Amino acid sequence: MIDDSRPIFVQIAERIAGDILAGSLAEEEQVPSTNEMAAFYRINPATVAKGMGELIAAGVLYKKRGIGMFVSAGARARLRSERREAFVEQYVMPLIHEAANLAISPVELRQIIDKESNS
Amino acid sequence: MNTTTTASGNHAVIEARSLTKDFRGVRALQDVSLALEPNRIHGLFGRNGAGKTTLMRILTGQELPTRGSVLVLHENPLENASVLQCVCFVKESQLYPDRFRVCNVLAAARVLYPTWDDALATDLVAAFDLPTGRRVKKLSRGMVSALGIVVGIASRAPVTLFDEPYLGLDAASRQLFYDRLLQDYAEHPRTVVISTHLIDEVANLLERVVVVHGGRIVLDADTDDIRGTAATVTGPRARVEEFTAGREVLHREALGSFAKATVLGRLDDADRLRASELDLELTPVSLQQLVIHATSAHRAPDIGQVRVGGPSVVEDLR
Repeated sequence: MIDDSRPIFVQIAERIAGDILAGSLAEEEQVPSTNEMAAFYRINPATVAKGMGELIAAGVLYKKRGIGMFVSAGARARLRSERREAFVEQYVMPLIHEAANLAISPVELRQIIDKESNS
Repeated sequence: MNTTTTASGNHAVIEARSLTKDFRGVRALQDVSLALEPNRIHGLFGRNGAGKTTLMRILTGQELPTRGSVLVLHENPLENASVLQCVCFVKESQLYPDRFRVCNVLAAARVLYPTWDDALATDLVAAFDLPTGRRVKKLSRGMVSALGIVVGIASRAPVTLFDEPYLGLDAASRQLFYDRLLQDYAEHPRTVVISTHLIDEVANLLERVVVVHGGRIVLDADTDDIRGTAATVTGPRARVEEFTAGREVLHREALGSFAKATVLGRLDDADRLRASELDLELTPVSLQQLVIHATSAHRAPDIGQVRVGGPSVVEDLR
């Protein structure tokens, strides 16, 4: 769940962002409280708060005083365009590299992608 | 997503200035300065004999430093009742009077700590399955540890220190300790210090990490600032060397044409891409492994051999 590669607050922010992208957290929906998330992931509540703070600063979440944290309107579209920028570096380039290692030609690679996309 | 917090130290709950402690000519602590901020969970790590317990004894007013000073809640803790009722120190080998039963220990703690919560204590005693009527000396090792943990959590003391609190405690009970501590801390924030060798188990609970080595502090940082600051690269030796060129390497190992190196420094996306192009495997380094590096990279001097006035052998790793 939580790994050692990056700060935990970053991983919490990414996880919430991921849930919004996947649609499991809808816009204007309330996100779990800091203490609930801390207990669930077995991490420090201050770390959760820091992760949520990042998302508030980015306009992905907003705070309703005395009630809790909610997903901003338009958050999904904003996250999607951000993730698209990173998509090539994070997914496509390693894919091309590994394909070359396995002697899969660009044409074959395209065919594989077409086939898997349609299945 | 890049935020760094710096320790202000201004509102420190515990402040130690230049602590030095000698025991009959043997230096246990050397010029230790520390400022712990309120309502955070701190990890205190170090090898056996590094000075962790001595440091905690001084911080809680149970020991006098040879030089230096300590302020707890802005006051000198030594024989200071108003400060000490706000400090709960759970020791590895807590001694209780011979005739004391579990219920007597809890009753004493109730008197000692104004912040004590009886309902919470009862709840924890049940969770840890402690027999309240049994004499403490008849308890198993793990049960004595569990009793210490119950007192530590239920005291709700503004400053709570756990020194290796779980000798003899099984994995399930340790998990129970972490879960209950976290749960109660979330509702009633306070300053907590946990000293343990089981670093991986507590790593995610900590906001701040202090590492003592050879009587000195060699690392004092926010956990999130050090997480991901080192990575291990594994692959063909020549490529590992190519990747590690110009980087600070903490540790190197080779097996035939294969090599493994731990590099210091946060890796960015370009580094990851580079590693994948070189067919190198990148694995994160855990907090526990970082602490191992911090406490063994510079050959640890036997603390007993560091004589007062002698040359300083331990170097600062910061």
